[in-house]
Amino acid sequence: MADASLGSQAAAKWRKKRGSLIMALHEIQDVKGYVDWSDAVELAENMDVPLARIYEVLTFYNFFKLKAPGKAVISVCTGTACYLKGNDKVLEKFKSELGIDEGESTADGMFHLQCVRCVGCCGLAPVCVVNGKTYGRMTPENVPVILNEWREVFKEN
Amino acid sequence: MADIDLEKRFDIHEIAKNKLAEIEKFDCNIYCCHSTGCKSSGSDDILDLIKSIVAEHNLGERIRIVATGCMGLCAQGPLIRVEIKGQKDRLFKRIDLAAVKNIMEKFVIPSVESGKEKAVDSSIEPYVLSLDLPFFKKQEKVVLKNAGHMDPEDISEYMARGGYLALEKALKTMTPAQVVDEIKRSGLRGRGGGGFSTGMKWELAAKVPTIDEKFIICNGDEGDPGAYMDRSILEGDPHAVIEGMMIAAYAIGATEGWFYVRAEYPLAVERLEKAIKACKKNRLLGNNIMGTDFNFNIDIRLGAGAFVCGEETALIHSIEGARGTPRPRPPYPTNKGLWGKPSCVNNVETLANVSKILLKGADWFASFGTETSKGTKVFALTGQVEHSGLIEVPMGTTINEIVNEIGGGVPAGKKLKAVQSGGPSGGLIPVEYMNMPVCYEELKKIGSIMGSGGLIVIDDSSDMVSLAKFYLDFTVDESCGKCAPCRIGGRQMLALLDKINRGKGKKKDLELLKRIAFAMQKASLCGLGQTAPNPVLSTLKFYESEYTNKLVDGKE
Repeated sequence: MADASLGSQAAAKWRKKRGSLIMALHEIQDVKGYVDWSDAVELAENMDVPLARIYEVLTFYNFFKLKAPGKAVISVCTGTACYLKGNDKVLEKFKSELGIDEGESTADGMFHLQCVRCVGCCGLAPVCVVNGKTYGRMTPENVPVILNEWREVFKEN
Repeated sequence: MADIDLEKRFDIHEIAKNKLAEIEKFDCNIYCCHSTGCKSSGSDDILDLIKSIVAEHNLGERIRIVATGCMGLCAQGPLIRVEIKGQKDRLFKRIDLAAVKNIMEKFVIPSVESGKEKAVDSSIEPYVLSLDLPFFKKQEKVVLKNAGHMDPEDISEYMARGGYLALEKALKTMTPAQVVDEIKRSGLRGRGGGGFSTGMKWELAAKVPTIDEKFIICNGDEGDPGAYMDRSILEGDPHAVIEGMMIAAYAIGATEGWFYVRAEYPLAVERLEKAIKACKKNRLLGNNIMGTDFNFNIDIRLGAGAFVCGEETALIHSIEGARGTPRPRPPYPTNKGLWGKPSCVNNVETLANVSKILLKGADWFASFGTETSKGTKVFALTGQVEHSGLIEVPMGTTINEIVNEIGGGVPAGKKLKAVQSGGPSGGLIPVEYMNMPVCYEELKKIGSIMGSGGLIVIDDSSDMVSLAKFYLDFTVDESCGKCAPCRIGGRQMLALLDKINRGKGKKKDLELLKRIAFAMQKASLCGLGQTAPNPVLSTLKFYESEYTNKLVDGKE
C-alpha cells in the first residue's frame, strides 16, 4: 500500500462505514480537484460498489468534477441577492476577459469559470470566490484586477 | 480541552463554573465576528492583529479575545464588539487593519488601562455602529442568543452559558413522552419550511418501535439561494443543534444521529466536527451519557450540490450513497427511512430551539408569536435593503417592521416593490401587504410560504418576469428528472417565459403557463416540482401587467 492511489486510500477509510460513497468521493476531490476514471474504478473495486453506481452519483451531483479544472477556480455566485445586485454583469465580464464560457477552463489551464448557487455571503453581494478566497461587493471593473492578482500568484510559483 | 482526564466523570456544572470564573477575571471582552461573511471580508487578519496588539501591551490577562459566530449585520462586516467592564458596549463596523490599530491603541487599550472610557476620536468615529439601531433593538434572540457572544469551538463556553443543562433535565428528570409533550405544547413547527408540528413528528417517530435501530437526521442542506440561517447557526452555535438532536433522540428512542450538511459550507462542517469531537471527549456522546442508560452517537454526511436533497426522502437516498431522488410518501421516513429504518428528519433551526424550550418551558416559548405560529424565526434579510444580514424576530412581526425598521428600508433613491419569501418555492409579498404578520398561515394566504427563512427585498427597478424566470431557471436546473411533470413542465414553462421576455409571447401563452403550473403543482412527486411554479404564479397574480406589457397582443 506504499503508493496506494487516491481511490483505494479513500476506500480504505470509508468502506467500513455506512453511507460513505459520497464522502469517499469528496475525499478524492478534496485532494485532486476532480474525480477521474481511474479513481472511480479503484473506488468501485475497493468499496465493492458497482462502477455504474459511482458514475450515477458523480454525474448527478453538481459538486463533483470529472475533469481537471484550471489552477484558479472562479465561482460566480448566482444566488438571489447576487442576481438582484447585478452579478450577471460580473459574470459577463469574466467571460469576455477570459474568452471562455461558464463551466470551461482557459487553454493555458490557468482559470476555470463556474457559476455556483448561493455561497451564503449575501450581505456582501454580489460575490465571487476564487480558490476559496471571497470577493464581495463585486463590480465588472474589479474583474481584471482579480484576474491579475491570481496571474501574479501563479507566476511566483 | 486537553486538560480533561478521560477517566474523570464529567460534570457540566463544574466545567461551566470554572469557565465562568475564568471569564470573570477579564476586564474586557473583544468579540470578533468569525463567520463566513466576516471571514470573507478579512476577519482572520483582524483577529491576528488584535491578538498581537494585546500581547504587545501585556494585557493578555485582562483582555479576552473571542472569535465568534455571526453577529448579524453581515453587510457591515467585519464587525468587532468591545465590552469593557463598567463601560458602554461598543460595536465597530467595516473595519480594516488600520482601523483596528486605531481602535485598539486609541480606545480599547487606554480605556482598559485607565478604567475610564476614552472618548472616541475622529479616526475611530466612522467605524462606530450604534447598538441603539432598530436593527438590534427590535430583534428577539432565542436561537441566535449565543452566536456572536461566545467561541463556538469551545464546549466549556457553551456550558458556561447554560449548555447541556436541558439535556440533563431531559435525561434525569423527564420521560421521553414528557419531552415529546413539552415540545408539542410549545407549538414549535418545522423551521425548514414545511411547518409541520415538531412535537407531532416526534410523537409519530416515538410510536414506531425501535427494533434494532432508529435514526434522527438533521437536515442542514440549506439550498435556497439567498438564505444562510442554518449555516450561521451551525457556525455560531453548533452545540445547540447537537443538544437539540440528542434531546430529540432521547424523546423518540433514536440510536444514532446523522447531520446532512451542504458541502458548500466548509466552515460549518468544520465547527460541527469539532463540536462532536468535544462532546465525545466530555462523554456527552457514546454510552451511558451523563450516567444514564441513554446511548447515542452522531455522524456527519455531506451533500454534493443538489438542491433536491433538502427534500427528506431525497436526503435519505443521498446519505445512502445514491442519486438524491425523492420517492412517493407514504411510507413516511418516521416509519421507513434511512436504510429502511424509522427516521425522524428535523431542520437545523428547529433543533436549535429544543434546548431552550426544555429549559424555559413550553409556555415561555408559546408566549412569542401568533395563534398558530409560535416562537421566533431566523431570517436572512438580503437584496435591496440597507442593513442586509441575519435577524431573528418573534413570529407575527410585520414585514414592514422587518424591512423598514430592522432592515432600514431600501437604499436611498429607490422604492420598495415587494419582498420574496421562501426562495424558489415561495412567492412575493407586494408592498401593499407590508403590514402582514410573519406567520405560516398568513403567508400561505397570499400564495407565498414561510420557507426556510430567506427574505429578499426587491426594489422598483426589478422586472418581475425576469425574477420569475430566475427562480424557475434554478428549479429546472435542480429538478432531479425522476417525475415527468417537474422534468418536462418546468422546461416548458421556462421556454414560455423566455418567449414572453423576448417580446414574442401571446395572451394564450399566459393561459398555458397557468395550466402547466397547475399540472406541476398537482402531479409532481415532491415539494420541488409542486412548488416550482410558485414564483411564476405569484408574479402573475400581483404583477400581471408586467407580463402583458411584454406580449405581442397584450397592450391595450
